[in-house]
Amino acid sequence: MTMLRSILSGDMPRSTVLAILLAAILVCLALAPFLFPGVRTVDTAARICVFIVLVASYDLLLGYGGIVSFAHTMFFGIGAYGVALALSHMGRGFTPIFLGAGAGALVAAALALLIGLFSLRVRAIFFAMITLAVASAVAVLVSQLSGLTGGEDGLTFKLPRELGPAFKFGKEAFDGKLFGVRLNGKLLAYYFVFIGALVLFLLLLRVVNSPFGRVLQAIRENDFRAEAIGYRVVYYRVAATCLSAAAAALAGSLYAVWLRYVGPETTLSMELMIDILLMVVIGGMGTMYGAAIGATLFVLAQNYLQNLMGAASGLVEGLPVLPELLSADRWLLWLGVLFILSVYFFPTGIVGRLRGGK
Amino acid sequence: MTAAPKHAPKMAELSLAQRLGPWMPLLLVPVLVALGALAIPETSSWLTLTVSGLAMGMMIFIMASGLTLVFGLMDVINFGHGAFVSIGAFVGVSVLLMLGQMTGAPSLGLNLIALMLAVIGAMAATGLVGWAFEKVIVMPVYGHHLKQILVTMGGLIVVEQLIVVLWGPEEIYIARPESLKGAITFAGAALEKYRLVAVVVGLIVFVAMRFVLRRTKIGLIVRAGVQNGEMVQALGYRLRRVFVGVFIAGSALAGLGGVMWGLYQEVITAQMGNQAMILIFIVVIIGGLGSVEGCFIGALLVGLMQNYVAFLEPKAALISNIALMVAILMWRPMGMIPVVKAK
Repeated sequence: MTMLRSILSGDMPRSTVLAILLAAILVCLALAPFLFPGVRTVDTAARICVFIVLVASYDLLLGYGGIVSFAHTMFFGIGAYGVALALSHMGRGFTPIFLGAGAGALVAAALALLIGLFSLRVRAIFFAMITLAVASAVAVLVSQLSGLTGGEDGLTFKLPRELGPAFKFGKEAFDGKLFGVRLNGKLLAYYFVFIGALVLFLLLLRVVNSPFGRVLQAIRENDFRAEAIGYRVVYYRVAATCLSAAAAALAGSLYAVWLRYVGPETTLSMELMIDILLMVVIGGMGTMYGAAIGATLFVLAQNYLQNLMGAASGLVEGLPVLPELLSADRWLLWLGVLFILSVYFFPTGIVGRLRGGK
Repeated sequence: MTAAPKHAPKMAELSLAQRLGPWMPLLLVPVLVALGALAIPETSSWLTLTVSGLAMGMMIFIMASGLTLVFGLMDVINFGHGAFVSIGAFVGVSVLLMLGQMTGAPSLGLNLIALMLAVIGAMAATGLVGWAFEKVIVMPVYGHHLKQILVTMGGLIVVEQLIVVLWGPEEIYIARPESLKGAITFAGAALEKYRLVAVVVGLIVFVAMRFVLRRTKIGLIVRAGVQNGEMVQALGYRLRRVFVGVFIAGSALAGLGGVMWGLYQEVITAQMGNQAMILIFIVVIIGGLGSVEGCFIGALLVGLMQNYVAFLEPKAALISNIALMVAILMWRPMGMIPVVKAK
């Protein structure tokens, strides 16, 4: 128990239902290739892993720091492109992965430092607007600089052989299979993503439960008072921005490793930014567990609920407007409505509800 | 006991720099135009670019002015402002498409009537939507910036999607009215007629806005409300009502801007408002949040910058505006004409 407590940095779920949910997510993700063998389900599991880290890093900013950023996908993209560029220029191997991820995280943190110093110095509200402007400029730039980034088509690259489906292992011991699942590089790639995501998530949990995280929460509640107690509000806000940017970039690197492809659509688009916002708000702002639950629910819903909406739209065919409103393409409309309602009536999200407003 | 120091008031004239200070932002526009003339050797292309830059600036000003006033008056930041731009464009363009015979005729009078009807339709629609938006989405989150940003962003998504439901997901192409097509030649430079019209409309809106804000009682209340809302309320004015009025007017202006922007690009999409928001945000930040004059100057700077740089180095156009914003924020961190709140 004490070990668990120290792994979770003392931030226990504090609700039986929440604890069960989190444990279920952890077990399902840890054993996903064995529990749900299938290309699509394992892909979903990997996406959930990446998005948990991405949303958790965003929550560090939004939920703990009280700062709204629209550039989180930009940092995510920087990490992804870092790995992609390193792998396509340095050849396949593990060194380029780590080098690309490290460089991506550094660039993201430096850029966040610049934007933060410019905007947070004056007014926290500038930050939201400036990040929106900078992120869209970068997205345009990435699609224009096709020589470096592959433009709209993005970059496809080769991973080290050990992470590809052609690599097989355990032939002597297990006959190449474990519980009916082929032991190949794709399995290793999944666990690379899973372990990377788990470590990053626990690190973020450590950060928000440190004295630094406490100060951030104090600033969120009342920045004037925090300044009066003697904390340099700007420093803390900028530091939170940089940390969150670096974590997002690392999540982007994991995503690139999993997809073996990067492109503006998958890493930099505004739609992705809105998805992240929704995941944070639905799961619960200001708790890392909210990020885990929000990301899991959202990715599952995105994959499976859209089919359901298509079916519902088929049912009401013939009625005016309704099929239009229910068609799977209008998924974003309902998300928007859900988003507004949850900010009004449900500001602490699922985790806040489960913890009973404590 | 020592004698009181001699009373010697200094009546020295302010130094040139001090006197020039408040006017500096205004001087930036001619400076940028002159820089453009230096960088672009051919006078004719420089003239064309200057006019299109001014036209673009005017349109951005029309779209941005409502946003900056709403912020100044009530400290409400509306990330859904772009939705009004889109709605305005779609309603206006629908009206124009319905009046196809009037816009197709080569008569200036008929064209202008059709255009006026489109603008009135767009402004009425966006004003109405603005009123509903204020009631339903913005009112419950007064005084809470974080929630305002989130909720208005949600509102933007919903409105964008509703536009897709009503008008379909495809982009709509629209031709300008017959007599506004083409260009006139002046000093060897081709000046598009539509851009000249946009400059004139923008100037009219700016002058009218300044007149309302500086010369009428309602303008006085609005300006006083920006400076010290509590005091205005204590004097017995219902600031909330004034605010709703400003919100509606700002939305209607965004709708007007949307029609003009749509005709300028000759194609409209549901996302056009959100795309315009990038420039709008840059403009209101460099102008100073809450300042109409700053917004005007900022819009002209952004429009000119965008056009000059797009001519010289197309890929750097959007980045140049970010650079402009960074430079101005280094010079004046609160924007060119900061709004001083009485506290």
